Amino acid sequence: MKQKYLPLTATILIFVLSYALCAAQYPNILSTRVIGNLLTDNAFLGIAAVGMTFVILSGGIDLSIGAVIAFAGVFLAVVLEHGSMHPLVAFALLLTITTLFGALMGAIIHYLEMPAFIVTLAGMFLARGMAFVLSIDSVPIKHPFYGTLKSLYYKLPGGGRITLIGGLMLLVFAIGILIAHRTRFGTNIYALGGGTATAKLMGVPVAATTVRIYALSGLLAGLSGIVFSLYTSAGYSLAAVGVELDAITAVVIGGTLLTGGSGFVAGTLVGILIQGLIQTYITFDGTLSSWWTKILIGLLLFAFILLQKGIIHLSRPERQRA
Amino acid sequence: MMPIMRNYAGRLLPQCIALVIIVIAISIVFPGFLNLQIQNGRLYGSLIDILNRGAPVVLLAIGMTVVIATKGIDLSVGAVMAICGAVAASLITSGHSLAETLLATLAIGILCGIWNGVLVAFLDIQPIIATLVLMVAGRGIAQLITEGTILTFNEPGLIFIGSGSFIGLPMPIVIWLVFGLLVAVLVRRTALGMLIEAIGINRQASTLSGVLTPVLLVAAYVLSGLCAAIAGIIAAADIRGADANNAGLWLELDAILAVVVGGTSLLGGRFSIAASVLGAIIIQAINTGILLSGFPPEFNLIIKAAIIIFILVLQSPRFRTAFSFLSIPGAAGKPTEREAK
Repeated sequence: MKQKYLPLTATILIFVLSYALCAAQYPNILSTRVIGNLLTDNAFLGIAAVGMTFVILSGGIDLSIGAVIAFAGVFLAVVLEHGSMHPLVAFALLLTITTLFGALMGAIIHYLEMPAFIVTLAGMFLARGMAFVLSIDSVPIKHPFYGTLKSLYYKLPGGGRITLIGGLMLLVFAIGILIAHRTRFGTNIYALGGGTATAKLMGVPVAATTVRIYALSGLLAGLSGIVFSLYTSAGYSLAAVGVELDAITAVVIGGTLLTGGSGFVAGTLVGILIQGLIQTYITFDGTLSSWWTKILIGLLLFAFILLQKGIIHLSRPERQRA
Repeated sequence: MMPIMRNYAGRLLPQCIALVIIVIAISIVFPGFLNLQIQNGRLYGSLIDILNRGAPVVLLAIGMTVVIATKGIDLSVGAVMAICGAVAASLITSGHSLAETLLATLAIGILCGIWNGVLVAFLDIQPIIATLVLMVAGRGIAQLITEGTILTFNEPGLIFIGSGSFIGLPMPIVIWLVFGLLVAVLVRRTALGMLIEAIGINRQASTLSGVLTPVLLVAAYVLSGLCAAIAGIIAAADIRGADANNAGLWLELDAILAVVVGGTSLLGGRFSIAASVLGAIIIQAINTGILLSGFPPEFNLIIKAAIIIFILVLQSPRFRTAFSFLSIPGAAGKPTEREAK
């Protein structure tokens, strides 16, 4: 087996093993209802994490997505409450705004040569600030179209439901995998993650690719915001705090190197599912407190970093540090 | 001696100008801003308040500067603050003496630093991920210590650290002034500072030329952990309780911002503790200024983002080359191209 598939295989193996352990203790965890809920509950996080995967593959980072999700929710709630705009038009308008927002951050990162960490941090302040300006209260969304969208689902045998948002997440992951492995843009992202100087010498359009990566991340954060507003039926400017960290964690658990250049979009999906499984297990158990989620995910993160280190060490024994 | 002084002044000039502009702007909008008065042998006033409120970020920024100078980053400081606040509160409420509590809390901070440092220096893990582990797990650990509640305490000695005063200044200011001076003297009067910069510029070359890279790296993260522990004690003493959920929340971002506003490059190398302290005070002055000037609080984050972007654009390498005839000699940017691994 190729070395590059090792982290992904390990992630999948750990997911299957932990699922089996959970199922041994609580057989109900195998029911399609639980699986359907696992997809629905983590849909917004999964969609945002696809964008984060591309950003991290290119060697960057995007700290703004949680704030963009909150902005999206408040924007939709305020627009639908005060205007006669159809939600679909509002969706299109919102996605345009967040895509342009991401593209702007990408342009600043590339043309002003500033670290992505700081630029997207300023973007995080800006997006959350815009959400505050629109409304500081939690605004409910009562539009009938939302009810229609929420009632759409595909019924699985055993009573489980793949809701619209759960299905949308799977679709986004499928498209993400296609973009990463079947398009020139995807190849350019991997090349950029391998090293900017090398990528430039190979003829990768660095400026266009960087701008597009962050635009894509902005687009997906906006889409994630729509899903989040469908999920909660409200817009609140303090919502989705720290989602960017959950997304980064999912990407790393999914086997993508934070240095960029190596990893899989599919791994991120498994990373999301592992996080969701830990939460589900703690809910099933009932006696464990919620803080164990954080500690367990932290430990898991540590285990995966060690695993990746081990693999890199084994694959390049001749290049040991002096 | 004179050229050194001139160098220092030149290095700190942009930050000083920014701070003066902000202070003038606030005092135009809010006339009573510059007033200082002495009551019960302690200074009061908005300026003192900025220095006092800014204490945790200033302390975090001191440690963060040294870590960033080694081309690292420490995302865990907020979580370490929460852990240390929780440890301090739980020890003092379970009847330990003040000295024991403080020593144990500082030791925990150092331990967190050693953990981060070992991951970075010996396991060779990228700093941003290595410290992410403790950032994610740390708040959980803090909640484990406080068992999910807000632990309150009434021990006068511990509360004094948060709200007492010494020679007319609030304790938090005294603490960061003394600690900052100690660290600055330690790194600038010995070769330590130069060695840290060497690691930040090229770790492999420094190792090959005989610098004890792993030890110094661990020491940098230990300093950062120690700073976070002190900041955590101050934050807990200030509210007379340990709030595992909110203590130090997102302060790591403010601290990194303070370092960047202070002009230390995230790519490692040259650093200045004084500039980072100024950066932290600038951020706190912006926060206090927005509150005082009566803008609707909803606009706080937008104004903060705009000011930060402005400062960053001024510092960006591209902008500096375009306006190099204005810039201070020796402060020009360095190439940001990532080296191929």
